[in-house]
Amino acid sequence: MQLAVNIAVLAAIYALIACGYVLIYRVSRVLSLAHGELMMLGAYGLAATASLFAGNPLVAIAASAVLALAVGFLVYGLLMWRMTGESVLAAVLATIALGILLRGAMILAFGTQTQYPLQQLGWANASIAIGGARISGAGLVLVAGTALVYGALFLFLHASRWGIRMRAAGQNPLLAAQRGIRLHGVYALAWGLATFTGGMAGMLIACDAGIEATLVTIGLKAFPAALVGGLDSLLGALVGAWIVAGAEVLIIQYVDPLLSDVVPFFVLLAMLVIRPWGLFGTCEELDRV
Amino acid sequence: MSTPRASGYFRTRYEHDQALLDTRAQKAWLAAFCIALAAFPFVAGAFALDLANQVLLMSIGAIALMLLTGYAGQISLGHAGLLAAGAFTTGILFKEAGASFWVTLPSSAAVGALIGLVFGLPSLRLRGLYLAMSTLALHFLVVQAGQEYETRRGHSTGVLIDPPSLGGWVMNDPRAWYFVLLAASIATLLFSLNLLRGRTGRAWRAIHGREAVAAALGIDVRAAKLSAFVVSCTLTAVAGCLFAYYRGFVSAEAFSLFVAIQYVAAIIIGGIGSILGAVLGTVFVVLFPYGIEALMSALGLSERLSSVVFAVNYAAFGLVMILFLVFEPQGLVGIWRRVQAWFLLWPFKQKPVGK
Repeated sequence: MQLAVNIAVLAAIYALIACGYVLIYRVSRVLSLAHGELMMLGAYGLAATASLFAGNPLVAIAASAVLALAVGFLVYGLLMWRMTGESVLAAVLATIALGILLRGAMILAFGTQTQYPLQQLGWANASIAIGGARISGAGLVLVAGTALVYGALFLFLHASRWGIRMRAAGQNPLLAAQRGIRLHGVYALAWGLATFTGGMAGMLIACDAGIEATLVTIGLKAFPAALVGGLDSLLGALVGAWIVAGAEVLIIQYVDPLLSDVVPFFVLLAMLVIRPWGLFGTCEELDRV
Repeated sequence: MSTPRASGYFRTRYEHDQALLDTRAQKAWLAAFCIALAAFPFVAGAFALDLANQVLLMSIGAIALMLLTGYAGQISLGHAGLLAAGAFTTGILFKEAGASFWVTLPSSAAVGALIGLVFGLPSLRLRGLYLAMSTLALHFLVVQAGQEYETRRGHSTGVLIDPPSLGGWVMNDPRAWYFVLLAASIATLLFSLNLLRGRTGRAWRAIHGREAVAAALGIDVRAAKLSAFVVSCTLTAVAGCLFAYYRGFVSAEAFSLFVAIQYVAAIIIGGIGSILGAVLGTVFVVLFPYGIEALMSALGLSERLSSVVFAVNYAAFGLVMILFLVFEPQGLVGIWRRVQAWFLLWPFKQKPVGK
């Protein structure tokens, strides 16, 4: 039972992060390798707003969520729009460079000490018992939050105007542009939403375990989840997150805890060999360098 | 190799087209440069010598990556993993079997070739992003394997390696290292240039251009891709072996993802699709942190920021990479060519046709 709960929490983490990769990739065919850093930035954002609005935690959470959304728009507006139409490699490298830049800047701005935004908010991370297993309060919120985000994203992509525009731009940017869809607006929205969900994941993980440098590694480890499910499928990201999290938790439990950092990449390689486009992804011809 | 740049010089035979050097002036410049390189260790101080050694060491891997990414068009984000493979092969053979330099170097090369084959196999089915991801995954697996060895065998802080010895002479003088690394780097350079002007290099460039056309031209696309991976990975693993001996120390910490990014940055900053670019990019990447440090101490910030120098480095490095990607995708070589063209065309200013 405890094992199942652990898998569920880890799967929720991976799923919440992976949907950022999927959103950006699906809409603009760019893979964001700065996602881990953006996540961490979201977590630091929460720590900063928590000390700014000390006393009313709800305001702090709302402010940090808006901040994460704004950061996503900024990333697109300052950097990534220049990479629209460039080669795949250039865009990916730009995100890598952005990641390094952010990592350095965050250490400069916030230091290297582990921070605990939950304590700054004035809440405690209570441990809750569910049928013989224990789950932390933040973990429970994480699972619920992931379910909520996925539900909202499905609704948004299928029922709202902007969601349909985003799907159109992802399917065929040229045709979408000719139908009067503003590609830059749609791409910026994708970056904003991805950073928002990533930032949420960062905040929730930070509430559970504190902000450390390993947050970036978690961000990178969620990438296999996105790929296993198919880089352009939200449902796939959810399924992929379960597969990767399941494999990781089981191997930590039964084989060797030291392997935890490589299991997702092992799953990734296996998937690339068998079915590169993922479980639910569309099979596509990819670009050259 | 390139377009003729001197006036009054015309290529009239195929040999001219294949020659590595065109004109007498180029030969004279190269000779002068070689003399300067040979004289360098006798003039430079210990610090400058170490920097030069680092540049030479990294240039091997950067040239290898340039062959793969710049010419054959296959992305690799896993070259730090290959360095690690070479270094750990050396370290393990030395620790477990007491093997000498003459055993570890070829074994590292063999391991590199084998891993190159493994790295290359996904490339037969995957392209672009997916390939980058598979090499990234392999990077983590290789480094993890090295780490596993360290912890299992109780070298938790790293594997110590004695400097290589020839007869009774032990190589631990930085000046001797300079010449060994220089020879290795020049050998890599000549080997790569030679490959590129021959059949293999033309095949690589063809698959970079478009695979379907390359196949229609009679090029075995699979063989060309695999050969690009094997050559590049072998060279990088050899560089890893030299790295292990030069540092006298192998540790998984030394092969983080940042190192892989540095290599990719070197070829981007230098200029994709040019061996000269790989060398220029290497010089830039190696000297960059020291430049930042010098700048910080000049600004009087070094005391205040001394604990976070590496963070400043990270931030500045990311920024420079972004600036190059956005404003100068051709890299340092692009700048260099523009300067050359400016002097060639002076006093006229128009751009050369076809650029």
